[in-house]
Formats: sequence, C-alpha cells, structure tokens
Amino acid sequence: MKPESLPLFTHEGPDAIVAWRDHRPIDARRFLADVHELSQRLPAGRHVLNLCIDRYRFTVGFAASLVAGKCSLLPPAQAPEVIRQLHAFAPDAFCLTDDADCTIELPLLFYRDGVADIGGDDWVVPRIDPAQLAAYIFTSGSTGAPVPHRKTWGRLVRCVQFEAAQLAPLRRRGCAILGTVPPQHMYGFESTVMLPLQSGAALGAARPFFPADIAAELDRLPRPRVLITTPVHLRSLVAADIALPAVDLIVSATAMLPAALAREVEHRYAVPLLEIYGSTETGEIAARRTALEEQWRLWPEVRLEIIEGRCWAQGGHVEQATALADEIELRGPDRFVLHGRTADLVNIAGKRSSLSYLNHQLNGIPGVIDGAFFVREDEHNSVAGVSRLAALVVAPGLDAAQILTQLRDRIDPVFLPRPLLQVESLPRNETGKLPRQMLHALVAQAAVREPHLFA
Amino acid sequence: MSEQSLPQSTAERADPLVLEREIARLIVQGLNLPNAPEQIDPESPLYGEGLGLDSIDILEIALIVSKQYGVVLRADDQENEHIFRSLRHFARYVAAHRSK
Repeated sequence: MKPESLPLFTHEGPDAIVAWRDHRPIDARRFLADVHELSQRLPAGRHVLNLCIDRYRFTVGFAASLVAGKCSLLPPAQAPEVIRQLHAFAPDAFCLTDDADCTIELPLLFYRDGVADIGGDDWVVPRIDPAQLAAYIFTSGSTGAPVPHRKTWGRLVRCVQFEAAQLAPLRRRGCAILGTVPPQHMYGFESTVMLPLQSGAALGAARPFFPADIAAELDRLPRPRVLITTPVHLRSLVAADIALPAVDLIVSATAMLPAALAREVEHRYAVPLLEIYGSTETGEIAARRTALEEQWRLWPEVRLEIIEGRCWAQGGHVEQATALADEIELRGPDRFVLHGRTADLVNIAGKRSSLSYLNHQLNGIPGVIDGAFFVREDEHNSVAGVSRLAALVVAPGLDAAQILTQLRDRIDPVFLPRPLLQVESLPRNETGKLPRQMLHALVAQAAVREPHLFA
Repeated sequence: MSEQSLPQSTAERADPLVLEREIARLIVQGLNLPNAPEQIDPESPLYGEGLGLDSIDILEIALIVSKQYGVVLRADDQENEHIFRSLRHFARYVAAHRSK
C-alpha cells in the first residue's frame, strides 16, 4: 500500500502567516501563489542548487522544486571547486539565487519578488509523496569531495514533527521562528525551513548576523518567538552585552554548547535554552536542556545501539542505520550521554583520550571562555615519534601556568598541551567548528613569534 | 612617564590616519592575523579577498569596535555595503559613529 502523501505545509488556511519580512506578514495564500508561480518557471533540470539568502525566498524555492518534482542541492560551501563537484554530481543542475551579483558557474535563475498572481479563492495545499527525493544535503567529506546525503520528503517531515514536539512555544498559535543559521545547512534547513512549514509557525525571512541585528529582528517578530542559533552566535551575544527583547525559547546546535554558556544565556535572557544533537547524515535525533541536564533525550522511535564500540542510530526518521561520529554512553532506551567525537580519538604514548573530552575539561576551568585542543601536524611534534597536543585558550584573566595547573588536575599529563597558546578568540567558522588549517596557521604564527614555547 | 602613556590629544583622536592605524592594530591582535598592522593595505577589502576575513572575523571586529569605540554595527545599515570595503572606509565609519 502506498503511504499517504503529506501536505507541503500545515498552516491552517489562506490567512495563516507563513513568514515575516520587515514587520510585514506573508500569508499562506501569497506563499502558495509564489510557490506555483516559481514552480512553473523552473528550467528543465531535475536538480536545483538553492542559494537564496532570504529565508522566505529559499523556502519558496524549496517548495516550488518539490511541487515540480525536482530535488534541491544544499552544499556545505560555495567555493568554485565545490560547485564544480556539484556539477559533476548533477550535470543538469541549475542555480536559484536572489543575489544579483551571483557568480556561480551554473545556469542561473533569479528569484523575483511579488510577481505571482494571488488568484481566486481556491485553496488546495499540495501534497507530496513521502518517498519523493526532496534534497541532497552535502557534507564536506574527508577527501575534499562533497558527500551527498539523500533526504526524502517523508523522513524530513517526520524528523521535524519530532522536533516540534520538543519546542513548547510552537504549541501556541502564531509562533515565529528566527534563525541565525543559513537554510542550506542541515540544522538551518530542518529548524528554520522544515520546522515552520510543518508546525504552522511563521519563519523570519532575515538572517541576522551582528548581535544588534539579532536583537532588532527578534523585536520585529510577534511572540511567542523562538531563536534558532549556534554557540558562536550565543557567545557573541553574551560578549556584546546587548539587551535582547523577550524571547520564548532559544535553540542551539552545530557544536557542543558548554554548560556554563548555556546557564549564562538562560540566566541573562530569562529563557529556556534547548540544545539539539544531530548530524547531516541522521538529521536531528535528540535534545537536552543543557543548563540543567547532562543526558540527551532521543526523538521517539529513534534507537541507538553500540556495536563494537561505535554507536549506530536507526529507526524513526533515520533513513538507514548510521554510525555516529561521537562516543555515546547509553543511559536507557531513550537517554544517552555524549563523551566526545570518535573521530577525535587521540592516542599518545599508548594512552587514549578524545579531543572533545579534553576540550570539555579545558572549557570547564573557571575563567576559560573558549578553548580547543588539537593534534599538531607541524615538524615540532615528531620528536621521539610522539605527537603532542597543542591547545588554544581564550582566558583573559588567567596565565598559561594557572591554566596548566588546573589541567593537570583534570587530565593525564601526556595530554597536556605543548604549547598552550593564549589567544583572544578561536577561529571558529560559521557553524562553530574550527577548521584544522586555521588552527595550524595560528600555531605556525606563534612558533615564529614565541619560539621559546616550542622548545 | 613615557610619552605613550599620555592620554591622546583631541587632535590625535581626530586624525583619521591615527585611528586607521589603531584599528588595524586592534584587528590584527583581535583576530590573530599573521600580518603586521602596517602591512594592511588601507584601500583593499577587509572581507573575502584582500585581507581574507570571513563572517566570523567580522563578528569579532564588531565586538572589538563596540567595546573600544561604542560603535554598534548592524547588517541592515544602508552604509554597510562600503563599511567593509577597506580599512579606510571602516575607520571613517568608526570615526563618524564613535561614542567613546
């Protein structure tokens, strides 16, 4: 029996608000008209590289592609090399963009605002076959070539239905969702595009960037309102010491959120902060209130199993059994604790640890604002065949000796960083991750500047 | 008392080149750039090409200038297009909007 088709969106009727842009609501009638207009204008290719920056336009582009039976391509980056690789993957791909200066080397289709005829009173929400391939979301991959991950409509819907159940403000009518993350990234796609479509909430079209923008955009949205963001943005909000309008829920993902930062955000803005765990491969699968609890709660129907030391996720919306990149300790059928990334395992002089575990210890030192361990790959680490770790630490009130004293209490001495470099901030990218080459560049600079540290 | 520790005179504070050099130094320190501050071409773009800063660097710079000069950057600022066009443009913007 063919599974039942699922509606494109769940807003209650033509007058329900689908999006907000510059204080102005965009209702479902306008949204549907925009989707139909664009879907009829899409070129013949079956793959759409949707690079719209405005979140409403992105969402219209995604929905129009679905309605036209096309698959959206969501890449990790827009570097010419990545685009060439996408083109090799899907030679018929074209690019939908709302940027007049777009230089992507693919056939371009420019988004046009407000061209659709609103039309008559007929109101039929398109329904999509759950087995339809909705998107390929790419991860950067270890070899450099982007790795595609298939996402069918049904699994995407299922996942954000689970997410919606976790986000209390969505149960109230007219909830608005503001995101600081791009819609092309898995977390941003799920939480700022799929989630509003499937929960009847309204999405904020803007993608605020500076702390003052986040505050201003939040202020433009009606309550209840939810902020979908990352540890990087939360850190910058707190550091900017900026007043935030009342917000009903903050959601963080993409990188481990330190509990101290979670507590500070909850306290300062008087708001619950939910951290979400997931990956591009599996989508979102768990959540926790980081300020209050260590254990993660799995989405219903998703199961975890440890097989030969690796944790596998399956069931629920997870397309196929998938090995997770993290070390996970099960604490019951739907509870677990994260101990850091398996991919980050380090082995020094026969002792094993993980970078995430070490980072956790480093960031737990009072006075440490941010810090990261990494394996040095330069010449200096190969003395006696032992690769040593280095660490970058942001701790304005502490000196290196004080930090090392604290670390000695927490970790095995073989893992102590050589050197420990104090910096004013870490070179985190948009999603909070630390590109390896940036870390190594910083170490190389320090080696020139402070050669005594590298003895 | 050394000359450097004297408070800046009003004339110095108003000198655009002094501010430009000061901002270059803050950026290099704040972002741990490999460049020396005086190596930054005041006419070349800060973002993307040129100095090669990314969006998170810009977020850091926003924090630096808000702490140092009380200048609050906004992405929807009409002038934003050319604020980051170069160090010189950026310094002019800071000079015009500083509150401390």
